[in-house]
Amino acid sequence: MSNAVLATPEVPFESRGLDKKQTWWERLRKGDEVVHLITLAGGWSILVITGLLVQHLWVYSRLSRHAFGWHFLVDSTWDPVNGVFGAWPFVYGTVVTSLLALTIAIPIGLGSAIFLAELAPRKLSNALTFLIELLAAVPSVIYGLIGIFLLIPVLFNVVPYVQKYFGWIPIFNGTFYGVSYFSASIVLAIMVVPFIISISREVLISVPVSQREAMMALGATKWDVTWRAVVPYARQGIMGSIFLSLARALGETMAVTMVIGNVAQVSTSLMAPGYTIAAVIANEFTEATGDLYLHALIELGLVLFVVTMIFNALARLLMLTMKGHEVVG
Amino acid sequence: MALVSFDLDTEEGLSMIRRFLALALITTASAFAQQVTLTGAGSTFANPLYSSWSGHYHALHPNVEVNYQSIGSGGGIRQLIAGTVDFGATDGPMTNAQLAEAQQKRGTAILHFPTALGAAMPSYNIPGVTATLKFTPAALAGIYLGKITKWNDPEIQRPNPGVKLPSSNIVVIHRSDGSGTTYTWADYLSKVSPEWKNKIGVGTSVNWPVGLGGKGNEGVAGLIRRIPNSIGYIELIYAVQNHILYGEVKNSSGNFIEADLKSVTAAAAGATKTMPADFRVSITNAPGADAYPISTYTWLLVPEKLSDMTKAKALKEFLRWGLTDGQQYCAPLTYAPLPAAVVQKELQQMKKLQY
Repeated sequence: MSNAVLATPEVPFESRGLDKKQTWWERLRKGDEVVHLITLAGGWSILVITGLLVQHLWVYSRLSRHAFGWHFLVDSTWDPVNGVFGAWPFVYGTVVTSLLALTIAIPIGLGSAIFLAELAPRKLSNALTFLIELLAAVPSVIYGLIGIFLLIPVLFNVVPYVQKYFGWIPIFNGTFYGVSYFSASIVLAIMVVPFIISISREVLISVPVSQREAMMALGATKWDVTWRAVVPYARQGIMGSIFLSLARALGETMAVTMVIGNVAQVSTSLMAPGYTIAAVIANEFTEATGDLYLHALIELGLVLFVVTMIFNALARLLMLTMKGHEVVG
Repeated sequence: MALVSFDLDTEEGLSMIRRFLALALITTASAFAQQVTLTGAGSTFANPLYSSWSGHYHALHPNVEVNYQSIGSGGGIRQLIAGTVDFGATDGPMTNAQLAEAQQKRGTAILHFPTALGAAMPSYNIPGVTATLKFTPAALAGIYLGKITKWNDPEIQRPNPGVKLPSSNIVVIHRSDGSGTTYTWADYLSKVSPEWKNKIGVGTSVNWPVGLGGKGNEGVAGLIRRIPNSIGYIELIYAVQNHILYGEVKNSSGNFIEADLKSVTAAAAGATKTMPADFRVSITNAPGADAYPISTYTWLLVPEKLSDMTKAKALKEFLRWGLTDGQQYCAPLTYAPLPAAVVQKELQQMKKLQY
């Protein structure tokens, strides 16, 4: 170790400087301390904002928490007139639409990212990436309108055939009204695909050439290089893009409420209308009268926060186990 | 300015400048004193009307600016109780509990002043049917309770002998966002159906037994247009401005009435005799041969006492103007204007304002 340090002349020079403990004032003058303080403030502000958010959600949901306790999570009745509130249909709708959206979006997004980063000519790749980044900036109400005017008419033609042949599977049966979990999931998938593509492509491009060259030296085909050297190397970044997409899907409001049907019920069929947490908050908050009603809506916000955290935790756990496999393999 | 030359060396010149400055100061000060901004918040339904009033009133009284934010009736009531706005606006009257809360928090009573009228009407999309359908109260309640599920149900067919109704299932559509229109619709159904009153009740959002939710009038209208054999309810303004087909509803006198500005004003006139002193009245299913039964007032909420007298006086004048001259701006925006008798009662009520 010490040999390696001596081999590079700059390192001993710097380490000498560090050994001689600098005073706080010196570090401030050199700018290190300034940067440290600024970044520290940035880091703290995130903690403070999150803390305030949770505190607010907790305090202003107390009436509802005291009235319903844990039943709030499992009850299916949402009756503002009689003051009975249960969140289960909304939680169910949020989880189902988000997971289905990711199931649709991941293969498309990852496929496109690999194509753009590895296979496409650079000019085409840059042009397409520019378009994809534009897509990410489209307001969600536009995606909702696309859902209503383009997607639903198409689904009205397609779904009857699906139901004719696969109607015996519970997730496809029932009357189809156009608005449904399925329609909402597709709109969500379209919304999150640009995130997955854009971030994953950046990560894939930044994989060092040495990784590819090493694999090629072993006689691998182009696809082998991509799938077995480049993608695993970029896995962390790709997972990051998927987390971001999941967070967007869980919290998306406007586009979902336009195509999900807004019915507080739990259905096995993906063709049935449903509701999500974010949608019901947006729909009912402005006209909510009565403290219990307001507190119930805010408790829904708290539930959404917790659902998002659980999903993040599970995803991180998944990544840890994947790393474990890699070490074993 | 260039024509006025001051001789700064003389006593006279200096005093002229002093006088000139003093005059300028007084003019600006008095202009500032008269400048009043009234803030209000609430009903989204009445927003076009109050915005129009605000503009017209400002043209007449340049020193008064009315700033109205359409954050929803529930929000308007909350802000008024919290004291962050000078007046509120709502499509459903405040409850006794809310009035008590305002009394306790602000130390003043809140008065309701009806400003205009709206209505909700049934709109439908049945392939092959272009006629104006007639709906009985029992039919509407049955459909929204999920008891009547087919279009050719006798309760729907009976008043429409000339129309061939299909045997298809009815798709019920309602508002998903909390709204005054839902309040009116549910209020009407509670009056004509004891079962609705007991099981569902009245509110800006209710626990719907059946149906899909659309966000806003445009959301409901969009679902009706896209889903065959559907029925939904739509606000008068939206339906008229977008030329949407809607049905007639049987009123308390047994006549089938189409909603328009006249039949809605007639409902208000019909309910005037039984109007309570605080104007917190529902005019659904009102008496009167020509009254459209699913009509409603929209109210301004004004505190009885205000600490800032300049503001208070301006608010009072604005209210008086809205109830009298302001009524001419209702019809062009498709709000039904108030009946004259109601305006008289409200002007009497204004004497209660302690400013």
